Amino acid sequence: MSQLLIRDEVPRDDLMTSGHLACPGCAAPLAMRLVLKGMGPRTIVVMPASCWSIIAGPWPQSSLQVPVYHTAFATGAALASGVRAALDVRGETDTAVMVWAGDGGTFDIGLQALSGAAERNEDLLYCCYDNEAYMNTGVQRSSATPWGAWTSTTPVPHPEASPKKDILAILAAHRIPYAATASVAYPVDLLAKVRRARAVRGTRFLHILAPCPPGWKSADEETIELARMAVQSRIFPLLEVEDGERWRLTVNHAAEAVEPYLRRQGRFRHLSEEQVARIQADVDARWGALMRRVDTGVLEV
Amino acid sequence: MRQVIVGNHAVSWGARLARVEVISAYPITPQTQVVEKLSEMCANGTLAARFIKVESEHSAMAACVGASAAGARAFTATSSHGLVFMHEMLHWAAGGRHPIVMANVNRALGPGWNIWTDQNDSLSQRDTGWVQLYCETNQEVLDTAIQAFKLAEAVDLPVMLVLDAFYLSHTAEPVDIPDQEMVDRFLPPRTARLKLDVNEPRAFGALVRPDSYMEMRWLQQEAMREVPHVLERIEADWLRMFGRRYGAIEGYRTEDAELLLVTSGTVTSTARFVVDRRRDEGEAIGLVKVKMFRPFPTAGLRRLLAGVARVAVLDRNVSPGHGGIFAEETRSALYDLPSGDRPEVYGYVLGLGGRDVTPSVIDEVIDRTRQCAQPEREDVWVGVNP
Repeated sequence: MSQLLIRDEVPRDDLMTSGHLACPGCAAPLAMRLVLKGMGPRTIVVMPASCWSIIAGPWPQSSLQVPVYHTAFATGAALASGVRAALDVRGETDTAVMVWAGDGGTFDIGLQALSGAAERNEDLLYCCYDNEAYMNTGVQRSSATPWGAWTSTTPVPHPEASPKKDILAILAAHRIPYAATASVAYPVDLLAKVRRARAVRGTRFLHILAPCPPGWKSADEETIELARMAVQSRIFPLLEVEDGERWRLTVNHAAEAVEPYLRRQGRFRHLSEEQVARIQADVDARWGALMRRVDTGVLEV
Repeated sequence: MRQVIVGNHAVSWGARLARVEVISAYPITPQTQVVEKLSEMCANGTLAARFIKVESEHSAMAACVGASAAGARAFTATSSHGLVFMHEMLHWAAGGRHPIVMANVNRALGPGWNIWTDQNDSLSQRDTGWVQLYCETNQEVLDTAIQAFKLAEAVDLPVMLVLDAFYLSHTAEPVDIPDQEMVDRFLPPRTARLKLDVNEPRAFGALVRPDSYMEMRWLQQEAMREVPHVLERIEADWLRMFGRRYGAIEGYRTEDAELLLVTSGTVTSTARFVVDRRRDEGEAIGLVKVKMFRPFPTAGLRRLLAGVARVAVLDRNVSPGHGGIFAEETRSALYDLPSGDRPEVYGYVLGLGGRDVTPSVIDEVIDRTRQCAQPEREDVWVGVNP
């Protein structure tokens, strides 16, 4: 795997143009760019409120070369279900419908509609780019915010007190045909997952960790590095789940400690040694639980 | 084909004859029969539509918006809490100019829980940008359901068809069900002017800055302005093909009237009965039925009410802190008539939460209007026991 060159695996053709409105170092446009490379031009994007409502560009401009429907916060999966139904009833079954939502639109306000669509096994790909808080409104906590993190609504000395919601397990519990995590630091893995998802019918879910320099209080140029450290420290394992049953790791590293990952982000700067140890223990415990769930066929890197 | 059917099934038949392509709905009393019947039609193949059984009304309207944006003819039905739960997406449907048709069975809002009729659910959606058409009979419900698609698609605005809980929804009446071939001639398949299309990619609903947002709302207002004219043409076609016509507003026995009632929904039928009896007794009385609440039929209402001494507006709704909503709108429509032509407008709030509006209630309204030289400062609540 490590012998492969990324330039051989990632197509050059883009469906996203320059001139988007993301902040410097934002992982969200990179995630979109990679996913669209895998989805191709016969894709309709449904976008509930998120940073991407801005990144896509104001009317009459668009940084995407596929159709986009911007919609209200709670409605990504429901609106996409309607688009799907219209395409199907008119025989346009080869056009893919993709929801592109942030963590707020997925973990919180959009969860009910997402659960409904997943339970009906609607034929769509739902992508959540997760920057772990409401970044577009100025870094308020969401249920994707990790324990111990500073946000503007979990100020120090009372940082986030709840663990991050396990959205992948929630989706897997709907027994949808395909659910996976992905990272902008692992584009080959991400693209392989998009292609697998593209080939399957029914609800597919892709959870992409997307570092946010202003929200994480990290350096612009460290986004890829942080995304990689999240995987290497096993905070954000890269895996896929078929039919809610067959769990498989797609990238497996020897474990790195969580502390360097945390210490490079201002949102964790206040954490004491004890609190860092608590996070490490939690990551270890969750990894143990995951290992009991995963099948063989783990890819060693 | 003449059949005895309830109002809810008249809606289902209307949607079926309009050949809706996508239905998305959530159950709520007293609307549920509408979508039960439609599920049956989809299941037995008499209707070739996709039925999305969503997990909420908010999602029902979102799915209709998605389907409509992708070019399909989309339909839903709801009631009461379901309608108010959709509120955000009602704005989205109208602002996005999606010609969705929805049936709303008028039902009171909680708390306390009440499944019976009043108009506060639909009237509290007044400013969402939907055309609203209130029906009086099951035949009107069926005819209006089909016409609503033609209207919506002509002006790219969503249309809400409104019928009273139980008095229409669950009451069976003989209804002429039009021939499918004739309906097909009246209403061809939808061709969207713009839609989500991979061959011609566009972004819908993107960020709009202050320099263009107002123009978008202006175009919406322009489309609303077209509605009365388009509806008139549609009704003329319908009359020619099916022999029936209703009008955005209808004057009934208005000739030389000294007092006119303003009504909507099934209260109209009861009021017709009272007007007939009183006319027989020699009283110069009539009524004006308002079918179209948005856009408000200001011109027609002024034509019918100008020069009449007194107007009594019957409101099965209330805007708390103000009064009856049709009364408000009527006063506003008549305000700048020359003072000699401007009627005194008497407002009556009645029948909330399904309380019966019987002929004797309407008699009480008429007698009180006759007895008081001037309207009260506030609309009168009829039959309240404080």
